[in-house]
Amino acid sequence: MRLDAKIPAGPLAEKWDRHRFELKLVNPANKRKFEIIVVGTGLAGGSASASLAELGYNVKTFCIQDSPRRAHSIAAQGGINASKNYQNDGDSDWRLFYDTVKGGDFRAREANVYRLAQLSGNIIDQCVAQGVPFAREYGGQLANRSFGGAQVSRTFYARGQTGQQLLLGAYSALSRQVAAGKVTMYPRREMLDVVVADGQARGIIVRNLVTGEIEKYAADAVILASGGYANVFFLSTNAMASNVTAAYRAYKKGACFANPCFTQIHPTCIPVHGTYQSKLTLMSESLRNDGRVWVPKKPGDKRSPSQIPESERDYYLENKYPSFGNLVPRDVASRNAKEQCDIGKGVGETGLAVYLDFADAIKRDGKEVIAKKYGNLFQMYEKITADNPYETPMMIYPAVHYTMGGLWVDYNLMSTIDGLFVLGEANFSDHGANRLGASALMQGLADGYFIIPYTIGGYLAGNAKKKVTTEHPAFNESLAQIDSQVKRLLSIKGKRTVDDFHRQLGNIMWEYCGMSRNDAGLEKARELIRSLRGEFWENVIVPGSGSDFNQSLERAGRVADFLEFGELMVIDALSRRESCGGHFNEGYQTEDNEAMRDDENFCHVSAWEYTGYEKEPLLNREPLVFENVKLTQRSYK
Amino acid sequence: MTKTLNLTLKVWRQKGQNSKGSFETYNAKGISSDMSFLEMIDVINEQLTIDGIEPIAFDHDCREGICGMCGTVVNGRPHGPEKGTTLCQLHMRHFSDGDTIVVEPWRSRAFKVIKDLVVDRSALDKIIQAGGYISVNTGGAPDANAILVSQETAEKAMDAAACIGCGACVAACPNASAMLFTSAKISQLALLPQGKPEAAKRAMEMVRTMDGLGFGNCTNERECEAECPKEISIVNIARMNREFFKAAFLS
Repeated sequence: MRLDAKIPAGPLAEKWDRHRFELKLVNPANKRKFEIIVVGTGLAGGSASASLAELGYNVKTFCIQDSPRRAHSIAAQGGINASKNYQNDGDSDWRLFYDTVKGGDFRAREANVYRLAQLSGNIIDQCVAQGVPFAREYGGQLANRSFGGAQVSRTFYARGQTGQQLLLGAYSALSRQVAAGKVTMYPRREMLDVVVADGQARGIIVRNLVTGEIEKYAADAVILASGGYANVFFLSTNAMASNVTAAYRAYKKGACFANPCFTQIHPTCIPVHGTYQSKLTLMSESLRNDGRVWVPKKPGDKRSPSQIPESERDYYLENKYPSFGNLVPRDVASRNAKEQCDIGKGVGETGLAVYLDFADAIKRDGKEVIAKKYGNLFQMYEKITADNPYETPMMIYPAVHYTMGGLWVDYNLMSTIDGLFVLGEANFSDHGANRLGASALMQGLADGYFIIPYTIGGYLAGNAKKKVTTEHPAFNESLAQIDSQVKRLLSIKGKRTVDDFHRQLGNIMWEYCGMSRNDAGLEKARELIRSLRGEFWENVIVPGSGSDFNQSLERAGRVADFLEFGELMVIDALSRRESCGGHFNEGYQTEDNEAMRDDENFCHVSAWEYTGYEKEPLLNREPLVFENVKLTQRSYK
Repeated sequence: MTKTLNLTLKVWRQKGQNSKGSFETYNAKGISSDMSFLEMIDVINEQLTIDGIEPIAFDHDCREGICGMCGTVVNGRPHGPEKGTTLCQLHMRHFSDGDTIVVEPWRSRAFKVIKDLVVDRSALDKIIQAGGYISVNTGGAPDANAILVSQETAEKAMDAAACIGCGACVAACPNASAMLFTSAKISQLALLPQGKPEAAKRAMEMVRTMDGLGFGNCTNERECEAECPKEISIVNIARMNREFFKAAFLS
């Protein structure tokens, strides 16, 4: 397959403007003749649904939860970046663009990232107009903070609930269009297939999670905004229902999956505390601004932290990275924590944790100042662990948090299936091999509010399409296939639960395809996943029936896809013979144990093409061309 | 200190909307005090599945207290005994070995049971659709700093906006009123300058829709405020009433 990113010609800063002019327009009176399906109601799907309906399109929107307001974007804490330069500290579109490209370890597309930076300011304007209660200065202007090691203050926030407030803004715009009759909302539906008729995406098959009925919906174009796949690791900071199914089934229908091995492991999460654990909780990385990370110098030291004198503590980040210290980027901080625990210096009952100590900050600034900055986080920590971080150091450990990989899209956000668009975390486009803090919210909203309304018009106006209804044979074929998968899952009646399989898959992924990877481990993981997948289809137990509300059945379908997708991640990790950002192969590191890129041979997007069940996928490469930035080695010493 | 608990659970089981439900008793053995309440249900469900019994259906998603998906009545209290805490953030260390715990769904005429502990809360979405927004299309918004909002107003708006739409207020209220939920959105938007042009219409239509959906009235029991996991204040109800009467009087 030849991948054409359709990047417009011309200077970087003029590409988007020029492209918007060149895109064909749909006559206002004709917009109402088009139907668009949107899957997912997070920041990307919610904002796209509302914006397209405002333009006059008829939108059908689907979500897995009971209400579109609950999509996982809601859990984002820190904030949203925008190059407003309100602080007069030297920010610009160019700087936001450069930081994002560099932070992504030079594995993102220049043109997309620049457009993202250009649109970042519009997002803030739009959200304020909707009534999003961002934090304010005394004079009434918007407040900003510096976030994730950025050297400028460009992050806008609403307490520690920025994702929630932005999502509720998009949800309110969506609700207005539901009331206006332009969006039909289908909650508690899970997308199980994309229907491709005569070479174009023309609809979806969903399961009604309340009645169990398999339903068909047709449209002129389909938008996937179904989020990321971090739950392939079982334990992650993602919500329980977050899954890869919608994206993976699109992949099976011909959409290429790009860079699946690029996953982000966040360094400051509450450690795992037992085998029953279902979910990990992130603690905002702002904590590293004042907390000091340490472990005991002696491996296996089981004394309580207060009994370990200063001279027997190893502040390993400060020692190893004197200039950045505790503020090194996410991937570096995570890998170092793992390294300490691997040599037996981990703390806590499981030995899989390091200390994040605020004692010095409290001594320096006083308890009140620290409480003002981090009070809500300390409270959350205490609620979960019953430890008081004012008195005893926090324990933290890295956890899977975000996935940079996703379905391959061109500059118009269209996948390799004609008429199938992919937005937000579900696509691969803007973060390269590592995402910077406060950039996910920005990308989701840029895609939904300001990119798709233009590019989908170009697609719909560009080629006259004959109407396809759900009577088209492609719908019935797809429906029959989904129906038989549901029946098969219910008929196995084995001995192990879905969660049991999921947890085991998660362990394999975490052990061999997590923070640090090597060829032998990846090869082994591939074998283990294959045999686990075999066992799943013989020994899983899914109680209940297919014709009512059945959460075990929902999960079984998702885990079945994770069991295939996990292998694709491993294949991708094995094929990328370099280390970059979130992908660290131990065979490719500098003398200081930092990621070593191979720009000569791997400055490309790996887009995988499905060739059949248990068959080797086909690798397509999109070369990444850097005309505006110079590729450098990241260094944080 | 981590402890191990043995508990007796009485859980509401109901096959579907039109079936009759009843309490079933389950023994939860070897529960760690570090588990969350939902993880405890997970453990019971794994065992039920192995035993060939359908697990307990319950809504949940983010498990960090922000999505509003989870929520059941635990020993008579929505989201259980801890103040300002969603069920997913309630940990078993707040229970004692040997306790009997009664778990049942939100009960309200406006929330029909779908299965076991899962209820249909779409009525809350309908209230928002009636006017819980500012009528602004994408594009054409003025520069964000063109609208100044005092820090105090922004803070108050944020206090109201923190609502997660879980429905605990309705479940807590003896009248099954949705006034705390509705007033939180009306307040947030009435406080901000961007929301003022539509404030009157919004208040009228949201309140009328709420009444029409079968939610009860407010008789100042204050149970909603006490049980709200985000501690939304009933000051918002007073603000909503002011907005509503002002609108009704002027129309």
